Amino acid sequence: MREFLILSRGGQGGVMASRILASAAVLEGLWAQAIPEFGPERRGAIVKSYLRVSDAPIARHSSVRRPEGVAVFSSKILELIDISKLAPGSVPVLVNAAKKPELVDRDVYYIDATSIALKLGLVIAGWPLVNTAMASAMARVFGIAGLESIVRALGEYFRGKLLEANTEAVRIAWDSVMR
Amino acid sequence: MARRVLMGNTAVAEAVRLAGVQVVTAYPITPQTVIVERIAEMVERGELKARYIRVESEHSALALVYGAAAGGARAFTATSSHGLLYMYEMLWWVAGSRLPIVMAVVTRSIGPPWGLHSDHHDALTVRDTGWIIGFASSVQEAFDMTLQAFKISEDRRVMLPAMVALEGFTLSHTAEPVEMPDEKSVSEWLPPREPLPFKIEPGKAFAVGNTGPDEVTMELKWLAWRAMERSRFVIRETDLEYAKRFGLRSYGGLVEDVYAKGSDYVVVAMGAWCGDLKEAVEKLRGEGYRVGLLRIRYFRPFPWEELREVSQNAKAVLVIDRAVSIGHRGILGLEVSSAIGDRVPVKNVIAGIGGVDTGPEDFYSIVKTFIEEYESGSIEGWSIPEWYMPWMGVVSK
Repeated sequence: MREFLILSRGGQGGVMASRILASAAVLEGLWAQAIPEFGPERRGAIVKSYLRVSDAPIARHSSVRRPEGVAVFSSKILELIDISKLAPGSVPVLVNAAKKPELVDRDVYYIDATSIALKLGLVIAGWPLVNTAMASAMARVFGIAGLESIVRALGEYFRGKLLEANTEAVRIAWDSVMR
Repeated sequence: MARRVLMGNTAVAEAVRLAGVQVVTAYPITPQTVIVERIAEMVERGELKARYIRVESEHSALALVYGAAAGGARAFTATSSHGLLYMYEMLWWVAGSRLPIVMAVVTRSIGPPWGLHSDHHDALTVRDTGWIIGFASSVQEAFDMTLQAFKISEDRRVMLPAMVALEGFTLSHTAEPVEMPDEKSVSEWLPPREPLPFKIEPGKAFAVGNTGPDEVTMELKWLAWRAMERSRFVIRETDLEYAKRFGLRSYGGLVEDVYAKGSDYVVVAMGAWCGDLKEAVEKLRGEGYRVGLLRIRYFRPFPWEELREVSQNAKAVLVIDRAVSIGHRGILGLEVSSAIGDRVPVKNVIAGIGGVDTGPEDFYSIVKTFIEEYESGSIEGWSIPEWYMPWMGVVSK
């Protein structure tokens, strides 16, 4: 079983990203689970989302305590929380950032998901919706699912123009991850 | 058969749609709200032809489906925590009137302090009202149990309301793959409700919930008790029939036995964390411990026969509880002790209150400690419960 952690701000769509990835994994014949960790927070608060993917049914429902990969939806989050407490050791981190964040002793990947979202007009209430681009980047970096599965999974969550824009975001993001 | 990735709340809404529910009442409370929101969308899109009624309180939410069920409709509502407590009076009226109704209870702790996360206090506080009470342990089971609840509740031998408890967030907002039968095959299995045991309608004089002599009060209670006893068979039968008909799994009736029968040590628990517990049990078995899990699927009717059978040759039983009766033991611990009697020592651990995250490592430690205590002779007969609170540095008595 593989376990991942997403750190996002309420409104960025971290929970949706974990669901899209779960759907994509299930489309590939795997088992998956997407768990949000909500508190009484509102927009802007840091939200944790967990993703599990497995080739067998997943029994556990508790939080992910030892993720094998972490996605951070805003580089500002790295200033607010100590990532080494959530993902000790050499766990790779994928960050939504325009330039490479400085994190020592671990693999750091980054992608400018905000620019992708803004370019495609994926904005709600002033928040760039980076979730689909980040889901795609996560799938690529951590090897969670293939590009076409992510695209197919989008169809379970979006329709019409929103589906088109998000499909585009996913395709652009797939080839935009930097290291 | 469609396989979709759904949240627990959405899966319950899908089961309501497939059951062709005719009346739904809605009053929002986190973490239940998504259920009635999804149903509202289904009604709006014409996928479910139901009267959708927004009410001013949970008391009215249940009072209104009570009326709808008395009028012969298949009715549904959902709530959580304080919402369920606010329904308390109506819970007795619905069950006492022997009306089939299905209600989802998305479990959430009861204040103070205000909390959003799950324990089992809300659903277990209403154990004596005459409702069938089931506890799901996965999104798939929340779906299956909701659909089966209509069948069981409306069965002529039962005629009691049924509650499906699913844990807030842990199941309600967690997305997992769900296998769903199609509308046509469900409607063949679950045709529109026959308006039994009675139907109130305009122009026909009929009294429901009238005053009566003491003997009638007692007789009605006895009849409800008998119906609940019969529901054991109906629950087991429905579980098997559903699995066979739709090619889905049978869970085992009132309980799910995970290596429990024949094991020296039997762990009893209920709800979504049983998946985590199962992993811990499997790890311990791999290390040579003869331990199994008996997962309680239905709290009412309480599976005392299954418990007695499984514990017959066990050395000791451990009950891990997510609710406590202050002044006594954990609520599940009490029930298990009363079913087993003094034949086997029953240790009771309280954990996960207020939604405290409890994972496989926690269960491994809880279960291993229990086995070691028994083997060193420190578990005999009756004991007060232990509270599992690792952040306090100790597992405190």
